[in-house]
Amino acid sequence: MTAVQFDAKDAAPTGGRVLRHTLTRGAGIGLGVVVLWFSVLVLLPLAAVVAVAVNGGWDGFVDTLSNPQTASAIELTVFTSLAVAVLNVLIGTLIAWVLVRERFPGSRLLEVVIDVPFALPTIVAGLVLLALYGPASPIGVNVANTRTAVFLAFAFVTLPFVVRSVQPVLEQLERDAEQAAHSLGASAATTFRRIVLPALIPAIAAGGALSFARGVSEYGSLVLLSGNLAMRTEVTSVRMLTYVENGNLASASVVATVLLAVALVVLVAIDLLQRWLVRRG
Amino acid sequence: MSTKTRAGWLAGVLAIGSMALTACSAASADPSNTGGPDTADGNGTQLSIVAFSVPQAANQAVQAAFAKKGDGGGVTWSESYGASGDQSRAVESGLEADYVHFSLSSDVTRLVEDGLIDESWDKGPTQGTVTRSVVVFAVRPGNPKHIETWDDLVKDGVEIITPNPGSSGSARWNILAGWGSVIAAGGSEEDAKAYTTKLFNNVVALPGSGRDATSAFLAGTGDVLLSYENEAIAARQNGAELDYVVPDSTLRIDNPGAILKDADPKAQAFLDYVLSPEAQAIYASFGFRPVVDGVTLPTVEGANDPANAFPTPSTLLTIDDFGGWSEAKKKFFDEDTGIITQIQVETGKSS
Repeated sequence: MTAVQFDAKDAAPTGGRVLRHTLTRGAGIGLGVVVLWFSVLVLLPLAAVVAVAVNGGWDGFVDTLSNPQTASAIELTVFTSLAVAVLNVLIGTLIAWVLVRERFPGSRLLEVVIDVPFALPTIVAGLVLLALYGPASPIGVNVANTRTAVFLAFAFVTLPFVVRSVQPVLEQLERDAEQAAHSLGASAATTFRRIVLPALIPAIAAGGALSFARGVSEYGSLVLLSGNLAMRTEVTSVRMLTYVENGNLASASVVATVLLAVALVVLVAIDLLQRWLVRRG
Repeated sequence: MSTKTRAGWLAGVLAIGSMALTACSAASADPSNTGGPDTADGNGTQLSIVAFSVPQAANQAVQAAFAKKGDGGGVTWSESYGASGDQSRAVESGLEADYVHFSLSSDVTRLVEDGLIDESWDKGPTQGTVTRSVVVFAVRPGNPKHIETWDDLVKDGVEIITPNPGSSGSARWNILAGWGSVIAAGGSEEDAKAYTTKLFNNVVALPGSGRDATSAFLAGTGDVLLSYENEAIAARQNGAELDYVVPDSTLRIDNPGAILKDADPKAQAFLDYVLSPEAQAIYASFGFRPVVDGVTLPTVEGANDPANAFPTPSTLLTIDDFGGWSEAKKKFFDEDTGIITQIQVETGKSS
């Protein structure tokens, strides 16, 4: 039960109160289940991927990453995911705001439709995007086989993340403070910036982080629309499939490990930024 | 473009999409439990087939015919269909199979190396091949760009779509057919390289699989789709609006089939049946070329000429012209040093 005690200690706040680092029976069982479940689903598979990658040694990493096609795919995937995350932070917060604070005809419908990108099998999403924004586009927009297509597909599948993480927080937000600020003469913009936004920042950050992570791993929705052109529109998931098809699991794992590392760095950075903003706000 | 054409394409896209979905759901179905109740009572045997997605409909028709035969009486099937390489790796990692049917012989060789399939699998009269096709050009109805030969593909303004030879093993036939057409016409390796570079300069999309490529083509991408004859025929049988051209010089696509060492004896009977003229006629009705002699060819719906569905090209290369799959794989498709891989990178950089 070392893990449990360690976790309990970690989770304990450091301030004022004196705490005993013991768990009740129920909490102990709960934590045990969590640790076991988490290990089986997440830690072991990730460890296996990293182990295969590390097996090839430093040279394996250098060889794989110095392949121009692979490097280009990683660059495209990471930067597009970041850009889409930023877009989602802006648009997603706006959508959440409109859904919570405004009542308009069709708002209930919009509420339901927001989640469709979650429910739709990604390959179907790809077919729909191709039919709408491909060469036969009924509205005359053709982005097929360009980097815009990658951006569009990422934006489509990650749309709900920020909306769904911000919305409940906004709903719970007491409006007293806003009204007080307003009656003290603060403008709507100032009220939003100084009162509302600080409360939303953790949720926005969480949604942005999820959006980034989802973008990095996306495959189905873009394979039809992006064209998978080497050095131009090929993303890492397609590149990894090439390695797997050639029986080169080591290189596939190297790419996966690099993506994991990048994701970890980005997630930590978002968390730090979020904490800093909250403290400052 | 008229609204009607758009609607037609959309319908085609959705039709192909639903085909893809059916294939997915079949692949994801629990392979141990699709053939009804446990059949250990001697009344019937359950065999499991693990195969690449292209021949699914044809295989099911052949299985149904086999079930009416003396040897095949009461045989039921569990099925798993997916990408050829993925399916082969799944069997390697323990997916239960009696009979496998893949796109490339190297997917069978993988299982031979693992000791799952006997080394003599390719010593039969057809060298292990159970279905056969050729590389063709699928074009827009009426062939508006007049694409008839490999040289027509590299003309200015011709947009090519072909499945990604990196991630899809079965897509590799298409590229080798183009390469081989140069060599067969007396060209050197340098000529072939120059030609393939021009080919990739005209490539506008490399979708993940043959089906994805067909979907993208039907949604309006490109002027010509490099495909298999049987895929083009199947698409037309399903109502897709495309024509296809069998070029004068092309590559014969040999799809291998084999039984596993510990398979039920009925699996061997099935393989024998697959190679019979009767079963090959069923495959032919789905657009596959027969692998044995003496097949009475049916009328092949969807073919350019249903009464004479399989014209003989003047130059028909086989994978042996490239030294077999294990050599071709390394030489052309290695992810760092393969000739085709390098051409892809160069053409990607320059545009």
